[in-house]
Amino acid sequence: METNLALLLLLSPFIGFLFNIFFGKKLGKILSGSIGTFTVIISFAVSIFFFLKVNEMHHAIEINLFDWIKFSNFSVKFGFLLDQLSLLWLLFVTGIGSLIHMYSISYMHDDENMHKFFAYLNLFIFFMITLVIGSNLLIMFIGWEGVGLCSYLLIGFWHKNQDYNDAAKKAFIMNRIGDLGLLIGIIIIASLFNTANFVDIKDSILKGTNNVTLFWVSIAAFALFIGATGKSAQIPLYTWLPDAMAGPTPVSALIHAATMVTAGIFMITRLNFLFDLAPDVQNIIAVIGAITALVAATIGLLQNDIKKVLAYSTVSQLGLMFLALGLGAYQVAVFHVITHAFFKACLFLGSGSVIHALHGEQDMRKMGGLKNVMPITFITMLISSLAISGIFPFAGFWSKDEILMTAFHKNLPLWIIGSLASIMTAFYMFRLMYLTFFKEFRGTEHQKSHLHESPSLITIPLIILAILATFGGLINFPGSYWLNHYLQPIISKVSHEEAFNSTSYILMGIALIGAIVGITVAYIKYIKKSELPDEDENITGISKVIYNKYYLDEAYTMLIVNPLNAASRFFRDILETGLSKFVFGFGKATEAIGTQGRKVQSGSIGLYLFAFVLGVCVILTCLFIAQ
Amino acid sequence: MNVSILLILLLVGAIATYFSGDKLASKFALFFSIVTFGFALNLLNRFNIGYDISYLSPWIKNPNISVILEADGLSMVMLILTLALTPIIIYSSFANNFNNSKTIYALILFMAFAMCGTFLAGDGILYYIFWELSLIPIYFISLIWGNGDAEERKKAVVKFFIYTITGSLFMLAAFAYLYTKTNNFLLADFAKLNLTINEQFWIFLAFFIAYAIKIPLIPFHSWQANVYQKSPTIGTMLLSGIMLKMGLYSVLRWQLQIAPQTAKIHIYILVAIGIAGTIYGSIVALRQKDLKRLLAYSSLAHVGLISAGAYTLNIDGLIGSVLQMIAHGFVIVGLFLAAEIINRRYHSNTIEELGGIRTHAPKFTSLFMILVLASVALPPTFNFIGEFTVLYSISQINVWYAVFGGTTIILGAYYMLKMFQSSMLGETNTKVFSDISWNEGISLSIIVAVLFFFGLYPKPIIELVTPSLETILVSINRFG
Repeated sequence: METNLALLLLLSPFIGFLFNIFFGKKLGKILSGSIGTFTVIISFAVSIFFFLKVNEMHHAIEINLFDWIKFSNFSVKFGFLLDQLSLLWLLFVTGIGSLIHMYSISYMHDDENMHKFFAYLNLFIFFMITLVIGSNLLIMFIGWEGVGLCSYLLIGFWHKNQDYNDAAKKAFIMNRIGDLGLLIGIIIIASLFNTANFVDIKDSILKGTNNVTLFWVSIAAFALFIGATGKSAQIPLYTWLPDAMAGPTPVSALIHAATMVTAGIFMITRLNFLFDLAPDVQNIIAVIGAITALVAATIGLLQNDIKKVLAYSTVSQLGLMFLALGLGAYQVAVFHVITHAFFKACLFLGSGSVIHALHGEQDMRKMGGLKNVMPITFITMLISSLAISGIFPFAGFWSKDEILMTAFHKNLPLWIIGSLASIMTAFYMFRLMYLTFFKEFRGTEHQKSHLHESPSLITIPLIILAILATFGGLINFPGSYWLNHYLQPIISKVSHEEAFNSTSYILMGIALIGAIVGITVAYIKYIKKSELPDEDENITGISKVIYNKYYLDEAYTMLIVNPLNAASRFFRDILETGLSKFVFGFGKATEAIGTQGRKVQSGSIGLYLFAFVLGVCVILTCLFIAQ
Repeated sequence: MNVSILLILLLVGAIATYFSGDKLASKFALFFSIVTFGFALNLLNRFNIGYDISYLSPWIKNPNISVILEADGLSMVMLILTLALTPIIIYSSFANNFNNSKTIYALILFMAFAMCGTFLAGDGILYYIFWELSLIPIYFISLIWGNGDAEERKKAVVKFFIYTITGSLFMLAAFAYLYTKTNNFLLADFAKLNLTINEQFWIFLAFFIAYAIKIPLIPFHSWQANVYQKSPTIGTMLLSGIMLKMGLYSVLRWQLQIAPQTAKIHIYILVAIGIAGTIYGSIVALRQKDLKRLLAYSSLAHVGLISAGAYTLNIDGLIGSVLQMIAHGFVIVGLFLAAEIINRRYHSNTIEELGGIRTHAPKFTSLFMILVLASVALPPTFNFIGEFTVLYSISQINVWYAVFGGTTIILGAYYMLKMFQSSMLGETNTKVFSDISWNEGISLSIIVAVLFFFGLYPKPIIELVTPSLETILVSINRFG
């Protein structure tokens, strides 16, 4: 029963994928999209069932299908682990996944390859479920690589454009750099504990560890963290995510904001007992997270492409989550993952609605004045912007506040960095809102005459997500702390829960004031003074450096890609030909010796006789010396 | 029934194909290859039940040479690989109307015969004969039915021929020396010898030269890219899919068992050579203009890792290298078939001249994509299992080695996706590209199915090879 239901949960989107790949074109767009959506809804329903069941039973469900791979010191089962953590992830992956599938029926309706789009989306959900419910590191790795593949396929969905293909390839390769880290981490863990199973690793660690193990655990934790920086777009591997905006907007919402990019946080939370043993690595995670949050926020300040702003904001928010992870506050990171999934999915879908209305325009300098034409899009995005900026009482306020509060108590400099990033977030989000929805419309006359609110398949998901973005904070409301309690079986060392006291109120107040300052500055700049961002060629000085993302991509090209290609050319043109000539040289030498040697056999008796006598002399001399 | 039936069937098949005439040759060859495969499965079944399927008979008294065809799990896996790929290779070439097709198809079966013999032989001289015999058909296939400028091709193929034969001579010399110790050429006796470290070193080196050229390991690979590019694809598939596994198989079967101490003493160097080959091959592949040459270098990269796995001398490494041999055998045949499918339509394998095929041929694109992903070891393909197992075994030697070897998952993704993007994606190509035909589709689908099936369920293969590899490991560790 449980096994069958778990298989239904997992395979339902996969069946949707097969259906759409093989028959999607014949089924027609509506049917193809509906099947794609329906299969995800099934998974969502089963997730709810399991969620209730595990809540009731208070223990995890483990399902083993068959032995998968056998090594000398450990074997890997093809098995699933349905516990509090995986069910939480399942709920929002399949829940938000269903909404975004639904949204896509309308959004992708004009695309001739809509069935393929749904096939890939379904495949993505399938792999995401695999990632989440895997009972060991290797099953998780299947999902991990699989979602990377779907990300690749969907970023390059419009495959006629080679720029998009480049973005897709870049995403895949940068992810693979991280994947190598993850793989090495898995290998070290398996060597240390003779298992790759999460539950067994935990048991093994709880039984106690020695110093040698501790050293290697730190190495493994660091390697795993590298894996997380790839998938969750942290420094130094974050530059693929903004480029990934080349994909259709629902993809950005689903994969590059709400679900896939949280995989790194999932993995670290999954292995929290391991990371607890490596305080140095935890510090690195916290610092990298905080810096990523700040750096991405600064870049977000100046972007003019509406999706790029959201992309950098995603990187920045993920940074905050890593900050929480590094501070050992796993449940806080998870809390922010969930609220972020709500409001960021809403923001992306909203931006998609805007882009849709403007026939593909993404530059905010050419938008404006949309609030009256697109009221639902406007209000839902406004709510989400308030949420991400951390305005009371929206969801983001609570989760972000908890992160900053943890930082305040544990590491003051990181609190300052995180707070700065938050103020910037409020600024650039409202910059986005003001530029997009306020003042006069700045697009073409043609666009203006076609402006319209999006159809209900698009607005309904927006409304639902906006509601979640409003009330999502309730799941870990101070006082009840439902999420903290819910996650208790997963997180072995719950960081000391700070009592809610006057300091907490002051911190909340500071965070709130910061957000309001950010919003006010944006208001003065873009509403009061009616400023517009400069044209690209007029951007100078430090702004130019930031606008061009600190030239990090260029640095990577110069330091890694170009040398690699130069080496390739050198090997190809110099070494390979040289080696080939060298081997031919042996042949040539043999031939030359033959040619020369042949001359000895001239037929001249005199020469032979001479050689004979010379030979005898040499032999006699040798014998004489030997004596 | 014993394994000799397979050799007989292939030999009879080769002769029958030759006399069936040009029109029927391909069908005859396919028929015999499938029948042989069927018999092999039957034998595998008998082997699994516990029957003895070996064949032993004295042959020459002086010197003492016998016909020993010994099948253990390792040999069975290699046989199945050879006999499963042969029909696929033949079937996928139905669209090529070869001149004098009776000869080429007869040669293919003959080559399968020689390769199967190599995987079975338990007597040094018999093994050597099969080993060299397999070279003759591929020499003619590449020379006569190859592509490109005839002079250039001849140069490349003759180089390959002489290079490998020269390498093998060292191996023959080693056998001659071993004969002075045992008075026969039996592997079973060689594997019990207590040679001095010095003796082992020279014997190891002699084998190493033969195998390093065949596999090929850097820096002995200079024949490879040219031959792969200039051979007809059917020949390239045989070379890359099966023949190079002869070298890897022989490392496990002969070299490590006869001279294990040298392998142990120089373990870091040997594993490093393999890893260096992986990195080198991957980097050279980045800037290849010809699709087949690119695949040749990707092959160089993969076999480097396989050999590194074999030289780790731990059971995971041995198993991993065998798994990866099979996975690589299938995927590389599939990839070369994809190159051939493009060549049949555009008469070019120059990557720059391609592009925009995806809109024309969605089915082909999907299958090609899956093969590309398998080649970069994406789970749950079989290649992931192989690569992960090998990397795991390498990490037991040194974690840094595993990190360097692991760069293949990054570099591999780089050159393969780059190739895929320039040859398949982009603005729709102005030249029409008809989507895959039935036999192309079936051939690719079988390969893809095999890669997924064993990726999800590698257990049968792991269980088949483990006992024989454990036996080899016992012999490797006989010096303590």
